Amino acid sequence: MVEKRSDRERESILSTAASLRWEVGNDLQTSLMESIYQNASRISDQVVIADKSKARLAWEHRLEWLLTSRWTGFPIMFLVLAMVFWLTISGANYPSQLLSGLLIEQLYPVLKTFGADLHLPWWLSGLLIDGMYLALAWVVSVMLPPMAIFFPLFTLLEDFGYLPRVAFNLDSLFQKAGAHGRQALSMSMGFGCNAAGVIATRIIDSPRERLIAMITNNFALCNGRWPTQILIASLFVGALAPAGLASLVSAAAVVGITLLGIFLTFATSWWLSNTILRGEASTFSLELPPYRPPRILQTLYTSLIDRTVFVLWRAMVFAAPAGAVIWLVANVHFGGSTLAEHLIDLLNPFGVLIGLNGVILLAYVIAIPANEIVIPTILMLTVLSSGTPDLGHGAGVMFELSNNAAYMAVFKAGGWTLLTAVNLMLFSLIHNPCSTTLYTIYKESGSLKWTVVSALLPLLMGFLACYFVATLWQL
Amino acid sequence: MNPNKGCEECPLNPAENLVRLGVKMDQHDFLVALAGNPNTGKSTVFNALTGLHQHTGNWPGKTVARAEGGFLYEKKRFKIVDLPGTYSLLSTSHDEEIARNFMLFGQPHVTVIVAEASRLERNLNLVLQILEITERAVLCLNLMDEARRHGIQIDTAKLSAELGIPVVPTAARQGEGLNALLKTIHDVAMGTLSCSPKRFQTGTSDLSEALTILVGKLEKAFPGLSNARWVALRLLAGDEQIIEAVRDGQLQSLAGANG
Repeated sequence: MVEKRSDRERESILSTAASLRWEVGNDLQTSLMESIYQNASRISDQVVIADKSKARLAWEHRLEWLLTSRWTGFPIMFLVLAMVFWLTISGANYPSQLLSGLLIEQLYPVLKTFGADLHLPWWLSGLLIDGMYLALAWVVSVMLPPMAIFFPLFTLLEDFGYLPRVAFNLDSLFQKAGAHGRQALSMSMGFGCNAAGVIATRIIDSPRERLIAMITNNFALCNGRWPTQILIASLFVGALAPAGLASLVSAAAVVGITLLGIFLTFATSWWLSNTILRGEASTFSLELPPYRPPRILQTLYTSLIDRTVFVLWRAMVFAAPAGAVIWLVANVHFGGSTLAEHLIDLLNPFGVLIGLNGVILLAYVIAIPANEIVIPTILMLTVLSSGTPDLGHGAGVMFELSNNAAYMAVFKAGGWTLLTAVNLMLFSLIHNPCSTTLYTIYKESGSLKWTVVSALLPLLMGFLACYFVATLWQL
Repeated sequence: MNPNKGCEECPLNPAENLVRLGVKMDQHDFLVALAGNPNTGKSTVFNALTGLHQHTGNWPGKTVARAEGGFLYEKKRFKIVDLPGTYSLLSTSHDEEIARNFMLFGQPHVTVIVAEASRLERNLNLVLQILEITERAVLCLNLMDEARRHGIQIDTAKLSAELGIPVVPTAARQGEGLNALLKTIHDVAMGTLSCSPKRFQTGTSDLSEALTILVGKLEKAFPGLSNARWVALRLLAGDEQIIEAVRDGQLQSLAGANG
């Protein structure tokens, strides 16, 4: 009875309200807001004493104009991003060498000797030390230094207030592609690490636009893929130019691939929002915050803990088992040759059809956990299949070489051409995201279906792009 | 400028009364909501009070869902919830809905409104809207350092009198004013410092008549409802969410807390 009565009471309130609404008119909301604005303005006039001469510093005005105007905004944006990449690539070089010298040249032989002293069976020491340990050592030495430079730099830009300006500049382009303007931010994060970029899509409210941002984040060339691009570009593309221009030409090739990635981000976003993820781009108000001096120490702390260590840990968790698999396929024999050789023979016809080869495809299959170990795996597999073991460290052991001539010798032995190189650069940009990123997409979207789409869509696009180039090439 | 500034910035100073609890908040004596416009430094205030390292960034909208943490001050346990930044409480976006729902139905003991000192007028739009729905609030006038740099001074005593709530100037990035903020939150929660927020919304005589009728009915159906006037206004404005809260009786929980 009581329940009934209160139900009636509530409904009567609502019907009274509905009828009173006619009397007060439907501009009530507007007049209420107006009264709030008036009071806010009145109070602030009474309590704020502003020294007009300092109101907004002149340099801030000039900076704002430079960073967001039509003619200077984009060039400055490219310069800043290029600067960050250049600092990352060149700055990471030395610590990377230091780490790989420590972990691979010094600790690795020590571990091997230790294994031998313990009388470990050859397969166990192979699996643990040649497989898992080396994969981990590679991921740490290739991934840690660039991340430890890139993420703090990026966070400093964020703290200073530059990132919202990037989003502001790119907003109209993303809107035209049917995506959210904030995707500019998650895309920029993707240049460091796609897994981090996918996490950054949390800033996008609409689930449709967030999915678009997650699926296309892969087209932002990540840390793990920069070394591949730079190595292949300088070996094959740079070699085409006269010696003085070689480094400039190879740098241009890498920038070209990066821009192609940005173009694909827009194109794929547009395609998705007109097909399987149809919908209007939602509007959002983006306030340009004031420029603030970045806090260096705090930035270092949060970017190291939140981003670098987090991403590195995930990559290591995936890389260790991958190392074991890589060692296994190179060392399990049946029918007179290794499992890897069988698989390479199986993949080779398709690989050649799309201007790559069986080795590269197999490397991309077994190095799914981390793009960092693709080049070492390709080297190891090439040596294994071309029968030139004197070039490497022995069967099934991943390795990296100290100079370009040595790389070239391995690639020549594997029958590589300029087409192979160009297509490898393309395929490195356009293929499935690494398993760390896929796992992150699954965690963030909670959907197996969209995770599968994120994996297969770029893979298919990569096959098509490579096939297209190979066909044109052979005309 | 300020003789105590050196002490306030010293990290040892608050340790006397403040214990940062991070996320270890099983039970608490008081619930504190942290609201405000985007990019006013709410997360910085939140981190300073809880000792957590919620990622802060100089761009609006990075606090995606609400973050929770706690601290112990003067032997009382405070649980503090960092709400997403919003420009209004009209519930037109997901963020605004999260923030408004928490302030309405989460029944915080104290709502700390973080405002940017250099952009007071625009921030006050939200402050006035929040004061419509809550009894106990503290205005944290943050980024005072930036305001000083831009030559802006604020008469905080007058502002406090105009709004009817305590106003604490801070520069959370530098740790300035956090002690005063803590003490004010504590005093408001304990009831030793009273608030009587000014409610300005006025309108035509038709409106006040309609309001009287509705408020009467609401108070009868939901005895103890403290912000009946605000609910009546939202009903008159046709706010779907509030209509639904009346229909399913969720509004009762609001009344219960104050009754």
